[in-house]
This record gives sequence, structure tokens and C-alpha cells, in this order.
Amino acid sequence: MPNPTRIEVNCETGEVLEITLTDAEVLQLEAQAAQAEADRIAREAEADALAALKASARAKLVAGQPMTEEEAATIVL
Amino acid sequence: MPNTFELISSVTLGSPSSSIDFTSIPSTFTDLCLQFSIRATNSSSSRAEDTVVLALNNDTTGSNYTVRYIRGSGSGAGSAVATGYAGSYAGEFNGSTSTASTFTSGMIYLPNYTSSNQKSYSIDIVQEANTTTAYMQMHAMLWNGTSAVNRLTFSNYNSNTFATYSTAYLYGVKNA
Repeated sequence: MPNPTRIEVNCETGEVLEITLTDAEVLQLEAQAAQAEADRIAREAEADALAALKASARAKLVAGQPMTEEEAATIVL
Repeated sequence: MPNTFELISSVTLGSPSSSIDFTSIPSTFTDLCLQFSIRATNSSSSRAEDTVVLALNNDTTGSNYTVRYIRGSGSGAGSAVATGYAGSYAGEFNGSTSTASTFTSGMIYLPNYTSSNQKSYSIDIVQEANTTTAYMQMHAMLWNGTSAVNRLTFSNYNSNTFATYSTAYLYGVKNA
């Protein structure tokens, strides 16, 4: 399978070049993608945890029950 | 566009590309404005959204950028600070599994790009999608480089490519 290409637009000359990535550049992109996936999973976990806290805070507020400090911090006053 | 906007260069992808790179940007304007319509396509992983990164002057050191953004998804909104990218985090763009033939549109405005100060700039993007989740983001960015900006590079952080028919138009803006 051929390596992907990148587009380079020279603003001075107007020339548009299609350049094939080197094997080293491809490896770098793959490492970057693995990190991006790990970052995404962490971000989603953090968002899920925040959503759960908010839901719990809301339920306790409606029920008149005491909230934890973490739950209270999710309420914007 | 007002007559103080001048098209410097543009590109429409005739085939998928891993990045879009404007080089040798002239220093004869006051500000830069990059308008784009971009979609990612699968060359590594199928995704509804791809993370896109913007580098100035090929500076891929994430710690040289500060990014604060707000994001709405269609069902919620929030704000965050983005760190750890090989450049500045430019947002979540339409990925290969997003609604067919839809693109993310947006604009980058970079004022005083030739100054010897650090560079502040903004990005606003909106995904087009026929789903319940479509992101709209606005970013306030800072690059700590003090040289004139002469290169802007969009790259796909998920190691996918940008789809055919993705476009980018780089304008120079003069203050008079």
C-alpha cells in the first residue's frame, strides 16, 4: 500500500505540490493517532463522570438531600 | 469579501491528503484569514469526528500553544483547555462515518501575523451532519513564537486523511 501524500501550497509561486510521506513520517503519524485515541478515551471518561455527577446533584437537589462537595461544584450559581 | 481582503492562495483537494500546508506566506499584509471546508476520510480508522491540528511555522511543540475553547454538541455545551497536541488543537471535524458528503466549515483569523510579539488568533468551526451530535466550536489561541507567520499547516491528528473536495482559501487582509 503506497504511503499517503500531503499537499503543499507555495503562496509565493502558486505551485501546489503533492508530496508522498516518508516511512518515518508515516510512523510518526501512527504514533500520533494512538495518542489521539488514548486522549479521546480519557476525555470521554471525564465527560461521562461529569455527567453522572451532575445527574446525581440534580436528583439530590430535587429530593432535598445533601450533596457531596463534588456534586455541589457541578451546579453553576 | 471587502476589497481589503486579497486571496493569497487556495486549494481544493483532488485526492485525499494527510495535511494541507500553506508555505512562503508573504509578509505584505496586516492579518491573515483562512477559510476552509474540510472532511476527513478513513486511511487509519473510521470515525465520526477527526481531530485536526493547526501548526504555525511548522512548530509542532504543543507546549508552545495555548488553546481555550467552547464547544456545543447539539445536546450540551462546555469549555475546556486543549493541551498535548503537535500544534494547536483546531477542533473536531467531520470524520469518515459522519453523514455522507458533509464537511466542517470554519475560519481562522490571525491578526498582526508579522509582528515580533506572540501571536493570538481565533478559530470557529461548525460540523454539518444529519445526526443529533454535530460540534460547533470557538477557540481562543496563542502561539508563543515571535517571528512572522509564513506557514500554516492543517494536519489530521488521527492519522487519517482529508477527503477529496476539501477546500482551503488563504486571504491576506490589509488595514487600509
